[in-house]
Amino acid sequence: MAAKYLASEKLPAWLAELAASRVVLVPVKERDAVVFRPYSEGVKPVLDRQANVPPKASIFPASESLMSFKYIKNPEDLGQVAVEVHETVDAPPTVVFGGRPCDVRGFNIFDRVYDCPKVQDPYYKARRENTLFVTLACEDAENACFCHWVGSSPSDPVGSDVLLTPIQGGYLVEDVSKRGKALLSSKLLADGSKRSTEAKAVHKAALESLGEVWNPEKAPAKLLEKFDDMGFWEDVSAKCVSCGACTYLCPTCYCFNVTDERSGMKGERIRTWDNCMSYLFTLEASGHNPRPTKAHRLKNRVGHKFSYYPDIHEGIFACCGCGRCIKLCPVSVDIREIVRLAVERPTAKPEKS
Amino acid sequence: MTTLPNPYLPEIATVVETFPETPSIKTFRVVLNNPERMKAFSFKPGQVGQLSVFGVGEATFVINSPPTRMDYLQFTVMMAGEVTSKLHSLNVGDQVGVRAPLGNWFPYDTLKGKSVVFVGGGIGMAPLRTLLLYMLDNRKDYKDITLLYGARSPDDMAFKYDLPDWTTRKDMSTTLTIDREAPGWEHKVGLIPNVLLEMNPSPKNTVAITCGPPIMIKFTLQALQKLGFGDDQIITTLEKRMKCGVGICGRCNIGTKYVCMDGPVFTYAELKQLPNEL
Repeated sequence: MAAKYLASEKLPAWLAELAASRVVLVPVKERDAVVFRPYSEGVKPVLDRQANVPPKASIFPASESLMSFKYIKNPEDLGQVAVEVHETVDAPPTVVFGGRPCDVRGFNIFDRVYDCPKVQDPYYKARRENTLFVTLACEDAENACFCHWVGSSPSDPVGSDVLLTPIQGGYLVEDVSKRGKALLSSKLLADGSKRSTEAKAVHKAALESLGEVWNPEKAPAKLLEKFDDMGFWEDVSAKCVSCGACTYLCPTCYCFNVTDERSGMKGERIRTWDNCMSYLFTLEASGHNPRPTKAHRLKNRVGHKFSYYPDIHEGIFACCGCGRCIKLCPVSVDIREIVRLAVERPTAKPEKS
Repeated sequence: MTTLPNPYLPEIATVVETFPETPSIKTFRVVLNNPERMKAFSFKPGQVGQLSVFGVGEATFVINSPPTRMDYLQFTVMMAGEVTSKLHSLNVGDQVGVRAPLGNWFPYDTLKGKSVVFVGGGIGMAPLRTLLLYMLDNRKDYKDITLLYGARSPDDMAFKYDLPDWTTRKDMSTTLTIDREAPGWEHKVGLIPNVLLEMNPSPKNTVAITCGPPIMIKFTLQALQKLGFGDDQIITTLEKRMKCGVGICGRCNIGTKYVCMDGPVFTYAELKQLPNEL
């Protein structure tokens, strides 16, 4: 790993250099929220706080076309109509700049589902291959951060191509991947080999600011044990308003819907983010709904992240501990509290039906 | 890792035949437009497919023709929503999308040398039809074949064109039932689980396969247990809302299992292992 140094005043020049040949997404303030938007000259990245919205859309857009289709009438026989379908993969070269380790770790959760031996999602895969992550290590924890609970840390390099650490006067810039190393050839970067100790101190302080670690290793079994304890689920979901903010703002939530849009003889098949906290998510054509109440739906959301996914994927939790589902929940539902209670509170025997 | 084909891209197919089964159920026979792909297409009894009308959307149906009869792929559709309504309005020559085969299948291989009792209710006969026809086309591989097929009324009974064969052939035993007396009905009257108990099939070296409305399945499972069928001698198929069909989009999971990939076919023993979320 090569250590370089970027002086703060050279940051705009480096971003401009990176943006010369690709889309560079940076966190910027838009009204009251910090969101990722393409960099252009004059844009001021917000790097002193976690973005409200993670850069999930860089690889998994909120809405994208999977294919276009066209109905074509046979001029000889207007009753005969053929249909043509075209795949629409859109994956411009991109750099995501200034995301936090938790934001990037989210894609490692996606990878096991979207690009695995059973199935490969070509849209996801193309963007994953064309996107680099220049990640910013955190200096300080925010009040809902818990990345250290799920095996990560404020300076976790997993999934990043380059790791930046804020140090006096600028950033220590370290390559994590081979592709990241190529970004370090910029003449704007100075030698940083003597400043690694400074960066390590930042990493240590940030980890300490997160406080005590709580280990959720018993969560997968305990959540299953509580599956039929609907009193527990009604209790922990009582204040939930089913708004779905937790899913849309989560770097590891990957559920989607597919719908067709047609205009005249043409149209598109569209994939959009979907939300397991919505009643309609599992409503079947017959009218039966296996998850009819918000208690059932929150149970699935927490169960997926802390039980089902780790059971399938070598114990890895489908949660990166970014805390957005806690911070940005309008009624402060706290997933940490739910998982802890599931592990620590005795399970009630199911009522006989 | 080798690159797999795009799992969301449907094959274009032409509707070659359509006919009503009941007032709310219609059957479509489709053929893939690419003759080589149609020739190479293979599936196993019980597998499903996503049928789409471009501009309206996709929905999941079992391929209810057997893999031993590959002139067409047959789908039987009950009108329930937007996509199924549009499917009901299609005519011969219309173009649809097919993503198939998806999911798992009936264990037709391990059933060899065993007797099979089919218990189908209403549209739930569709997946059973595939396996039943497959077994009849490979009759020597299986022992006794018994079918109990029920519907609310004679009008609600699908696959009427199969019934003359199924009720008369010597190498299977067929019982048809409806819920209430109807003029001209010459078969049984009574709810499926009750008729099944009357039939009293032996569980010895036998597997029961059932599909139908949830309430029918619930009481049929109880009847089968009364008759002495073990949990691994009962097989059913699950219906769930599905979108991607390849285990990603997240709505058809029951705990760690995805009905679109790990199902739709499950033994009762497997179902009992899953969280209670049917």
